[in-house]
Amino acid sequence: MSETARAQRLSRLAHEELVTVAGEGAAGGTWHAIGEIARHREMLMLLIRRDLKSRYKDSVLGFAWSLVKPIFQLLIYFVIIGHVLGAAANTPNYGVYVFAGLIIYGFFSEIITGSTGSIVGNSGLIKKIYLPREVFPLASVGSAVFNFSMQFVILLAATVLTRAFPISPGLVYLLPSVLLILVYGTAFGLLLAAANVYLRDIQYLVEVVMMLLLWASPIVYPFTMASTQIAKVFGAHSWVQQIYTDNPITLAVLGFRKAMWTSGQALGPAMYPDHLLLRTGVAFVVGVILLVLFQRVFARLQGNFAQEI
Amino acid sequence: MTDAGLTSTAPADEVRAPAVVKIDGVSKRFVIRKDNSLKERIVTLGRAGRRHREDFWALKDVSIEIPAGQTVALIGHNGSGKSTLLKVIGGIIDPTGGSVARRGRIAALLELGAGFHPDLTGRENVYLNASILGLSREETEAKFDDILAFSGIADFIDTQVKFYSSGMYVRLAFAVAVHTDPDVLLVDEVLAVGDEAFQRKCLDKIRAFQQEGRTIVLVTHSLAQVQELADRAILLNHGEVVADGDPVEAVAAFRNILETRRQSEAAARIAAQGGQLALVREGHVHSATATAVGREPGDEVRPGDDLLISVVVSHEPGIDDWVCAIQIDDTLGAVVYGTTTRRVGVELPHLSTPRRVDFLLKNVAFGGGKYFVHASLMDMAGVHLHDLPQATSFDAPSHPDYVGIVHALPVLSDAGEVVPDSAP
Repeated sequence: MSETARAQRLSRLAHEELVTVAGEGAAGGTWHAIGEIARHREMLMLLIRRDLKSRYKDSVLGFAWSLVKPIFQLLIYFVIIGHVLGAAANTPNYGVYVFAGLIIYGFFSEIITGSTGSIVGNSGLIKKIYLPREVFPLASVGSAVFNFSMQFVILLAATVLTRAFPISPGLVYLLPSVLLILVYGTAFGLLLAAANVYLRDIQYLVEVVMMLLLWASPIVYPFTMASTQIAKVFGAHSWVQQIYTDNPITLAVLGFRKAMWTSGQALGPAMYPDHLLLRTGVAFVVGVILLVLFQRVFARLQGNFAQEI
Repeated sequence: MTDAGLTSTAPADEVRAPAVVKIDGVSKRFVIRKDNSLKERIVTLGRAGRRHREDFWALKDVSIEIPAGQTVALIGHNGSGKSTLLKVIGGIIDPTGGSVARRGRIAALLELGAGFHPDLTGRENVYLNASILGLSREETEAKFDDILAFSGIADFIDTQVKFYSSGMYVRLAFAVAVHTDPDVLLVDEVLAVGDEAFQRKCLDKIRAFQQEGRTIVLVTHSLAQVQELADRAILLNHGEVVADGDPVEAVAAFRNILETRRQSEAAARIAAQGGQLALVREGHVHSATATAVGREPGDEVRPGDDLLISVVVSHEPGIDDWVCAIQIDDTLGAVVYGTTTRRVGVELPHLSTPRRVDFLLKNVAFGGGKYFVHASLMDMAGVHLHDLPQATSFDAPSHPDYVGIVHALPVLSDAGEVVPDSAP
């Protein structure tokens, strides 16, 4: 019986093609990588579940904890900054205003910090088993998507409570903003994940940069405030103004807010730069190009992952 | 099964075995850096940085082709590149030069339970691990009961694996790994874990895999296992293939490498001590030689030879009653043979200046392999005055018809059908 099993296996193998997997003549390229990841999608899902499950391991409330933090964040900004510090006086429905900016930025920040540590954090697997290494940063992206959607639910609840449920033409900005963050987050996540293997300083550097970027984007303060200040100092069409307006985080924050914060429409279009959708579209195309480019860099560097970590 | 085993030795190869792994001129360089932080890198940027790097070639121009259904053992001392080669085959490490081609499903068992997450339950880890090793969810579901049965930890499958004993952990991991239906299985030292019963289970599974025509590439330090399991052994030394072929011959070549290293290390150690130890001790075993009568020193000792072991001993103040002893070990350290002058009942004269004692072992019959001779000088109370461990060594030729340390030629015949004795 086993003799036939043997013969069957040998004849099946004889019909399979000998594939060069490493070294000269090995298949490479972005398409190849996408195919590899697609074949491992089930495992990617399991890795995301593992990340999420182990995060709230052994806690009684479990996943509920992922809601508690954003709820309190919302309350703090609403009460302290909005009412105690008086920011709400100029901005209607300040809680939703700030929270919308915070969660879209938090989404980006979680993708970046999660991916940066993902390769080093999974060293046990990477050193012992072959997998397309892109799955580890992608699993971080996946768990960030999950947390973002949780926070999005809270945001929706807040809009219902403040009777400002976002049904307006601004909703067309929702998907582009989220996609923009997803593309840039994944692109830089891949790059930083690979770089962190060779230089562990990257993960600490990333934490600092993330903190800076939070205040460099119009999240807690209105876009127009910073924009007019920059115009005063550097001029209305200076490169500083351009970078400040057209960086993907600002664009995503503004677009996301335009979709979710309907109370601001009374203040008129002055709250936002012109041609926001066009700017977002251009940034998206650039982001896709960066994603392909950084995936190539990742593929180049990943050959030595197993020995460097 | 009754007489087929006697008439045909090799399984009939109706299907020509295709190559499953083809390694062509593979080299691997490791760069050893001494600066690891951003600050140090910047400080030592450019030309100065070169001094902080060191190249180490773990593999040098290795070319190997492995046909389907073969069991190949990679052997070599620590750092010889065998694990690196296994990782290159598995695609875990990219080679610096050369190419690796494969066909069929490959599973790497470089570490049992790599990818097990301590906070997930056994069941969740089975699904995760199986998926990492390339099984789909449906396939895992179909095999789940088999995996559970093989692991033998049914009661704990829904417990987090951090509460598992190390044995349970390994059993579950191995159970998953062997149920992934690989065409090529890469195994690195993992067969050396678990209790004896589990090890036997692993070896049985490996044999079943061999029967099913799966290819196995294993790295092991157990040379006995190599001779038992492998069809072919590849000996690596400093990243190069030194021997490739019959396991028995490759193992012998490896033992010679080890012995050469051991001797040079021992010589260095004695030189470092400056011979001062000899002054402290009163008795001294100077040397021992082992030569088959009628052959040159260093020749193989063949069955039927008379083996002459000569031991030179001395004693500083002089001793009247003394015993000289020899012991022969195999490479695993098991005692094969031992005798003393007292056991044989030889009267020995007063010992002070060096004398030679000859042990003539008549008509020896050693099985194939390397043997080590230890020599000792003792007083009548059995106190060891001086030992010379592994004073010398000799080789015995291996024979294709048997394994082990005793030479005895097997002659087999089929005695026909019999009626087994029934209980009264």
